[in-house]
Amino acid sequence: MPTKIEKDSVTGTETTGHEWDGIKELNTPLPTWWLYVFYATIAISLVYFVLYPSFPGINGYFGGVLGLQQREILDQQMARAAERQAEFVTGIEEASVEEIVAEPALFNFALAGGRAAFADNCVPCHALGGAGQAGGYPVLADDDWLWGGSLEDILLTLHVGIRHEPADTRYSEMPAYGALGIYDADQIRDTAQYVLSLSGNATDPEAVARGAENYEFDCSACHGVSGEGGRDFGAPALNDAIWLYGGSEEEIVAQIANPRQGVMPAFGGRLDESTLKMLAVYVHSLGGGE
Amino acid sequence: MPDGAPLDGSAQLPHGDDVLSREEQKSHPLFAGRVKVYPKAVSGQVRTIKWAVLAALLAIYYITPWFRWDRGPDSPDQAVLIDMAGRRAYFLFIEIWPQEAYYLTGLLILGALGLFLATSLFGRIWCGFTCPQTVWTDLFMWVERLIEGDRTARMRLDKAPVTGAKIAKKAGKHGIWLLISLLTGGAWIMYFQDAPTFVVRFFTGQSGVGTYFFVGLFTATTYLLAGWAREQVCTYMCPWPRFQAALLDEESLVVTYQKWRGEPRGKHKKGDSWDGRGDCIDCKQCVAVCPTGIDIRDGMQLECIGCGLCIDACNDIMAKVGRPSELITFESEVNLTRAAQAEPKRFRAIRPRTIAYGVVLLFVSGLMIAGLTARAGLELTVNHDRNPLFVTLADGSIRNGYQIKVLNKQREPRMVELSVDGIDGAVLSVVGQAAQGPTVTLEAPGDDVATYQLFVAVGSEALEGAEQPVSFVVTDPETGERSVRNNVFRGPEK
Repeated sequence: MPTKIEKDSVTGTETTGHEWDGIKELNTPLPTWWLYVFYATIAISLVYFVLYPSFPGINGYFGGVLGLQQREILDQQMARAAERQAEFVTGIEEASVEEIVAEPALFNFALAGGRAAFADNCVPCHALGGAGQAGGYPVLADDDWLWGGSLEDILLTLHVGIRHEPADTRYSEMPAYGALGIYDADQIRDTAQYVLSLSGNATDPEAVARGAENYEFDCSACHGVSGEGGRDFGAPALNDAIWLYGGSEEEIVAQIANPRQGVMPAFGGRLDESTLKMLAVYVHSLGGGE
Repeated sequence: MPDGAPLDGSAQLPHGDDVLSREEQKSHPLFAGRVKVYPKAVSGQVRTIKWAVLAALLAIYYITPWFRWDRGPDSPDQAVLIDMAGRRAYFLFIEIWPQEAYYLTGLLILGALGLFLATSLFGRIWCGFTCPQTVWTDLFMWVERLIEGDRTARMRLDKAPVTGAKIAKKAGKHGIWLLISLLTGGAWIMYFQDAPTFVVRFFTGQSGVGTYFFVGLFTATTYLLAGWAREQVCTYMCPWPRFQAALLDEESLVVTYQKWRGEPRGKHKKGDSWDGRGDCIDCKQCVAVCPTGIDIRDGMQLECIGCGLCIDACNDIMAKVGRPSELITFESEVNLTRAAQAEPKRFRAIRPRTIAYGVVLLFVSGLMIAGLTARAGLELTVNHDRNPLFVTLADGSIRNGYQIKVLNKQREPRMVELSVDGIDGAVLSVVGQAAQGPTVTLEAPGDDVATYQLFVAVGSEALEGAEQPVSFVVTDPETGERSVRNNVFRGPEK
């Protein structure tokens, strides 16, 4: 506060001493009620201080006379939420996946639960919405399935995984025709051309003709005579537009020479049965369910 | 300050006499006590208009919720109702959904522009005549006057020692005030709940805690603002007086004391000559009737709400002393100058400022009317799935997913047809429904939004690039109503 305070000659009010471009700020007094409102807020803060957790101590803190515990409130809220969900949770425990899909209330609950579980467990490989990723992470939203796309098939895959630890895991292994020396480089290329011809994409008719025999002997048992694939072995269809490891000649050659074998972890035992059912329902709903 | 200088600031100092020492500061309180205003009763033309406006506005406020409007079964029959729980606002034949809240924004904009226009033409008539603060304060003052008497009686009563009669008067006044406040708070809730049902439930204790809280809140605010705070609301709380100066110009009508006629003022004895003096006899009646307690003769002030009661008070006196009326009058600054120079008065309603407000007002009104008349009863919204953007199917065709919402603003459910334009050979299918084809039929429940997950598949040869504009069309085959929504179809880079 300045020692000498000016008084405005027009209004008679004192100034605050602040001046901007010759304009001086008047120190107009507050109305009384305003001051009382200010005091009231201070009083309220003191009451609040006493009632609610407010002050840190050495061993803990002052908890307030009302004894408010936000953790308890959270626990209560979670308990209430669990109570409201109970009907659906037991419904999903008791129903089969087909029954869940047939019952709209359970279906909606399973979709929401499945979406959350999918985001936690599946998205790193299969991407949001089951969009898949290049390099062997299958798209779950298309209409092509390696091991089957019915609700039961999906649920089983979730349980036992693919090429994973459980004894009953879904298992198959494509021989490494190049690495094991079964085919030489030309044979591999001829076979790749034949594989391309199954979807009408071959570029070298002579190579196709040469590769036909190899395919018939070595490939058709799993991938099917016309490349329709074989779900018993998780053998991809070779006559469609979907390629797990890429559909160029180079990529097919690489896969014949030294195939990559995708692994999916078994989720049975890691996630509870209800969550697995909800996941199956959700994945089935993404656009390719059979 | 030199030693020994007097502390009353009377000494001539180099800084002039507007310098105060710290000692002098101590006598200046940090806050200003309220000077209670005791407005005197007045009658006259302005007062009559104010009573009429007050009666009309209160009638509109209290009666509106009771008007009924038949909207058929299962829907509220209150003419004006903002149904928060049902997420609808009803204004006679208009029914507003939450996503159409821009109509309410439009109403607010119209209100603001109307206020600007009225202010630039007639000054603060909103403040003086129609503002709820003014209307309810006027009503409360009328009650006060009825019970405690006029200005001098009230001043005497406040100074008098506490007696039974004083307590009875005060209690009566506050009782009636609280009753009016309760009616005001209750009527407010009726705009949000069915009025007859509300009244029954409220008085039988069946209303929710929220309802009682809000009725209590609005009762309390009415009582405090109109009974106790009064002119302080206008002077300290309201932002409107702060910027109304920017809306006024020298052509706007404001309540004005005609200085050129009134000055020099002074007491006047009957029979004295009026030569060489002004018409103002300094009777201070204009101050006595002022609801904000100011002297209009000091010129235009922030506190003046433009109610014009001082005009009535002064006219009364002018008639008594035999001078022309309208010494205080609704007048523009321009006319004041012109009258002082004996030029004829003029009122220019059409000025760049009023034209601008008027044009914008008409424009916004036009937009609102156009929006309301073109309001669709059937609407479609389409959201393209983000993950995956597209899916290649086994046969090489490309499929996109969309979330479709169909808004049916009719009360009756209807079946609508959905199709896609802008791409060849599209096959539509809806999750959970078996049918698929170039069009799909969807159920749109009445007065509701239906959500569907839609898949659209096309052969890859139909795609020209990574992104192709398409439009979704929903049609009601019975009424021919349709709604179109543009979106894109995505595929691999070509």
